[in-house]
Amino acid sequence: MRSALSTLEVVRPRSLDHALEALGRSVSGERLVPLAGGTDLFVYLNAGTPPGTRYLDLWGLRELRGIRVRDGGVRLGALTTFREIREHPVLGRRFPSLVAAAAEVGAWQIQNRATLAGNIANASPAGDSLPVLMAHDAKVDVRSARGAREVAFERLYRGYRELTVDADELITAVTLPFPPARSFPFFRKVGTRRAQSISKVVFSGLLALDRERRIAHVRLAYGSVAPVTLRARRAERALRGEPLAASVAARARAALAEDIAPIDDIRSSRDYRLAVAGNLLEQFLRAAAESRARR
Amino acid sequence: MARRARLPRASRTVLRPPASVGRSVPRLEGLDKVTGRALYVDDLRVPGVLHGRTVRSTIARGRIKRVRLDPAFDWSGVVVADHRDIPGENLVALIEDDQPLLAAEEIHHAEEPILLLAHEDPERVEAATRAVRIEYEPLEPVLTIEDSLARKAPLYRDDNVFKNILIERGDVERGLAGSDLVIEGEYRCGHQEQLYIENNGMIAERTPDGGLLVRGSLQCPYYVHKALVRAFALPPDKVRIVQTVTGGGFGGKEEYPSMIGGHAALLAWKSGRPVKIVYDRLEDIAATTKRHPAAIKLRTGVRRDGTLVANAIDIVMDGGAYVTLSPVVLSRGAIHAAGPYRCPNVSIRARAVATNTPPNGAFRGFGAPQTQFAVECHMDRIAAALGLDPLELRRRNAYRLGDVTPTGQVLRESVGALEALETAARRARWAERRARHERENRDNEARERPAGLGGAAAGRRRGETSRNGAGPRANGRRLRRGIGLALAYHGAGFTGSGEVKLGSIAALDLSHDGRPRILSASTEIGQGTTTMFAQLVAETLGVPADFVAVETPDTGLVPDSGPTVASRTCMVVGGLLEKCARAMRERLELFAERPIRDARDFQRIARRFLAERGPLRFERGYEKPPEIEWDDDRYRGDAYGVFSYGCCVVEVEVDLDTGETRVLRTIATADIGKAIHPILAAGQIEGGTVQGLGYGLLEEVRWKDGRVWNHQLTNYIIPTSMDASPIEVVIVELPYSRGPFGAKGVGELPMDAPAPAIVAAIAHATGARIDEIPVTPERLLEGLRDGARRDGSRSSPGSRRGGKRS
Amino acid sequence: MIEFVLNGRGRRVRVPPMKRLLDVLREDCSLPGTKEGCGEGECGACSVLLDGRTVCSCLVPVVQVRGARVVTVEGLDRGGRPSALQRAFIDLGAAQCGICTPGMLVTAAELLRHARGRVPSEEEVREALAGNLCRCTGYQKIVDAVRAAARGASRDGAAGTSGARAPGRSRAGTARAKRSRTARTKRSRRRG
Repeated sequence: MRSALSTLEVVRPRSLDHALEALGRSVSGERLVPLAGGTDLFVYLNAGTPPGTRYLDLWGLRELRGIRVRDGGVRLGALTTFREIREHPVLGRRFPSLVAAAAEVGAWQIQNRATLAGNIANASPAGDSLPVLMAHDAKVDVRSARGAREVAFERLYRGYRELTVDADELITAVTLPFPPARSFPFFRKVGTRRAQSISKVVFSGLLALDRERRIAHVRLAYGSVAPVTLRARRAERALRGEPLAASVAARARAALAEDIAPIDDIRSSRDYRLAVAGNLLEQFLRAAAESRARR
Repeated sequence: MARRARLPRASRTVLRPPASVGRSVPRLEGLDKVTGRALYVDDLRVPGVLHGRTVRSTIARGRIKRVRLDPAFDWSGVVVADHRDIPGENLVALIEDDQPLLAAEEIHHAEEPILLLAHEDPERVEAATRAVRIEYEPLEPVLTIEDSLARKAPLYRDDNVFKNILIERGDVERGLAGSDLVIEGEYRCGHQEQLYIENNGMIAERTPDGGLLVRGSLQCPYYVHKALVRAFALPPDKVRIVQTVTGGGFGGKEEYPSMIGGHAALLAWKSGRPVKIVYDRLEDIAATTKRHPAAIKLRTGVRRDGTLVANAIDIVMDGGAYVTLSPVVLSRGAIHAAGPYRCPNVSIRARAVATNTPPNGAFRGFGAPQTQFAVECHMDRIAAALGLDPLELRRRNAYRLGDVTPTGQVLRESVGALEALETAARRARWAERRARHERENRDNEARERPAGLGGAAAGRRRGETSRNGAGPRANGRRLRRGIGLALAYHGAGFTGSGEVKLGSIAALDLSHDGRPRILSASTEIGQGTTTMFAQLVAETLGVPADFVAVETPDTGLVPDSGPTVASRTCMVVGGLLEKCARAMRERLELFAERPIRDARDFQRIARRFLAERGPLRFERGYEKPPEIEWDDDRYRGDAYGVFSYGCCVVEVEVDLDTGETRVLRTIATADIGKAIHPILAAGQIEGGTVQGLGYGLLEEVRWKDGRVWNHQLTNYIIPTSMDASPIEVVIVELPYSRGPFGAKGVGELPMDAPAPAIVAAIAHATGARIDEIPVTPERLLEGLRDGARRDGSRSSPGSRRGGKRS
Repeated sequence: MIEFVLNGRGRRVRVPPMKRLLDVLREDCSLPGTKEGCGEGECGACSVLLDGRTVCSCLVPVVQVRGARVVTVEGLDRGGRPSALQRAFIDLGAAQCGICTPGMLVTAAELLRHARGRVPSEEEVREALAGNLCRCTGYQKIVDAVRAAARGASRDGAAGTSGARAPGRSRAGTARAKRSRTARTKRSRRRG
């Protein structure tokens, strides 16, 4: 442990309002750092790079917990853990790719503590759940003492580890609309080992065909291939309105290279990420075709 | 301090003498380990202890211009020590005296220790490390084998070579000229971190008699002892080294504890207070020793039927910045470099070179995993070139009784190469699985190609599950499966005349309560030394294993039985203990004038002996078997008393889109002479095999400017329970006449074969033969794209598309 | 002052709020059985049960433990006697150096509780334990021990010799192998 933990202060709010008030007040001085499950924070602390000296402990706030199924989708409280996502029966049926992503966040120890909003707010381009949220057109509820607003998840990131959320705002919930009827969800995380790895490329896709078996709805979302999690919009355009065919896949793949900007880093190389991002796109389309063939 | 067994009552019933050897009695310290009672170094509470930290160089090569303590920091209560505080010689005594305990002026590698700090409060000392300013005059570092050989900068003598070895048998050039086919290959392996889960740690204190007591996590108490006697200019009896329960070593705690122990001792020496240094993971990975990277070239001549005719091997290992153990690592690597195969003409040239990277050191296998990775990959390349089944090629060439090794050693007994090979192949159902994977891969490929998107994954027969219950869940994936095998051997004990020079001594005495007590410096580091020693003695004395006390390795109490390395603990030290036990039994039975009946009877006789005759102690030292001869200058003769043999078969599944390899099934066979404790022995084999899987597939040290870049457990990846496949172990027992109850070495052998077996399985699955480990997804994807690297291993017999040929 | 229930007993500590649960257990509660292997939630050596769920205690600030139930390796025994799981670890060789063992046992305990008497498959056990790194065993014996404990197989104490009793199965192909005695370690699924 390379940080002086005994010097760190913690504010424990009684309620969400109290938390927002404290956070709002702190903005003029040293901002309180929101603390949820701590699974990312303590890695920074261990390495001697604390993000602040004062923390706002959200863990006890019941308002931020719970998974609620509504008419048009589900609403997940900010502190929903990945374990809770894994074990939720409705999510398992309606959002299998989210459940698949949750199962690949660290191992049990991490899944029992790491939260959905923590994954979002940590804003790592390698965040496992983020491409799934993006592929499902998630919306993020954000609140401050000034009021509440809803942000489309795909507009949440401004740049590398930079959010469009203001300093006095907290993420309180994430809403996922149910995907279109008979759509095909997909999630694939590529790391070096089979468990507990940090992604080299993480991908989530969602696709639905119309009556003519043309692609009516498509989302392609990637992590670890750019400074932020992103939608491959050019590749999506190449697919929309087209049939599930090899030539279409090749065009989408070519377009994908324009969408993403992977780099060499400690975990992988630019070349590998480029190749795998394209391959996963094809894998997704093959899987979709296979699933269609099965019906 | 004796480790006496505390066993769950239910388990006691299985301990019925005389059968102790060959039975899996409960591990003697097992209960402590499953209840959290076992105390490791960081668990010890020492009143008044200071926490020590090490300030290390941030550059790889250069000079220290100035060390400055930031005056803005409150230094009160902080103990600061540098090289000038060392009372004796500033060195870590090992083979050569070239490595300083603390850098004085010159910096030879990144993370080289420069300054030591200690304080009661770990947070304060941590902050103090950031208040040290070191100014350097940097020099261009030499960071690769190639740059070292090119003498980009002079690092060691005039050629940067720490050690040169040449082993020759027959006439290689003539052999190559007379071969039907000559096949060349070049293979590389990177660093590997031991990654014991307990980091390095030591506690040192001054003793009232003016000496030092150092306790900690270590493999070789007498190594630390030797180093500290020199560094502190103390008489040997004033330095006492005690092993604490040790959370894994794998070689990583062979020589490095002399460094951290010396540092803790220096801070204790200067402050007069006990000092504890326990590394965190970041420091442990960044600063401590690793497996030597190697570049190995083979040029092998064969006859068309696969018979090996000549083998020219060139090995270069990266030793890092100081000599440390590199000469002996190189030696073991060179001796094993031709693999367990007979070949009349062999030349092995081996060099260990200096670079400005942290010194590489001992790691399970000690050079042999590198060279046997190369030769085993090469054997597969040869098989592919000849259109032979890799199993068949090995079958034709594997050592038999009476064969001669490259050093001229005649294999007189206990040669289990073929048994290990055939047993593994049979258990794996080699031919059947091989054919099946080839058929399925062909089917998949055929279905994928024309179908484009539509039928890709449908090509996998749905509903088919593998033997391991995890069927191919295609979901759009293009999967290929393959099977590969590798055969290896491993010499037990120190190389050549090493055991003679060591002259190990082990002892057995009677404790006050009339039990036999084992006295040795051989350490329990998880592999089962304590239990296995107790079994050997128990068997000989006719008592249960948990009746035998095993003294803590404490240089104040135990004789020097040598280091706990080199697969020597059971075979060499265990053999000495067996002799001690035999002598003790004879003595007590002579005294009692009748045979010992059981443990209670033993205790009765022993107590009477202690009362009437006084203490009873037997010591036995290593004696060279007369048939063993070794010439260290010419590298000729019996390199080891005996070899163990092992085979590993691996089945893998490769995702062609990502280059991810999943190990589906692993079979490991090992001829270890005799399994004193079958479960412990199997545990060694399974654990070594998974380390080997990690070596072959996952574990890569990445460097940036001479420093370890991925020194976090998040980024240095070792196998999890999901990466390791189910493992089937078969122990083959071809007894060795000089080993206790026939036992040979077991610890290192299982590290040798898995990596090449994986490479072979991947080649079988995909056609991509990767010459460098680890076969990361990046490397494999590149190999899959690179047509030049594809070879004919999947093609039908008769095809000769193979490796490079001259 | 932070109060929580530790291994079934109420406990109060006066420590800084961001102190790691790991350090509180080891230093303030004198329970050194929980180990630190990496300090960043990778190795799982510091695993404890927090309200019945496995967590890395190196990632938990003690302030978040207020009012919670914490179980460490020291709390896994059955009234001073080793549990079936602990016994299986001893008997089947699942603990080698032992440093990962406390965390491994904690995770396995959670798995067995969820399994409620069902014997989890080998794949399930491997998935559950993926957050606990072991460098000694290669995991096979750990997986075997967890499943044996689920089966209650080690209760009779005979499991400790199963490896030794196996050699009857040895079959070697060459003529010479008949002289070699082959001991094989059985995979757990074939075990009673």
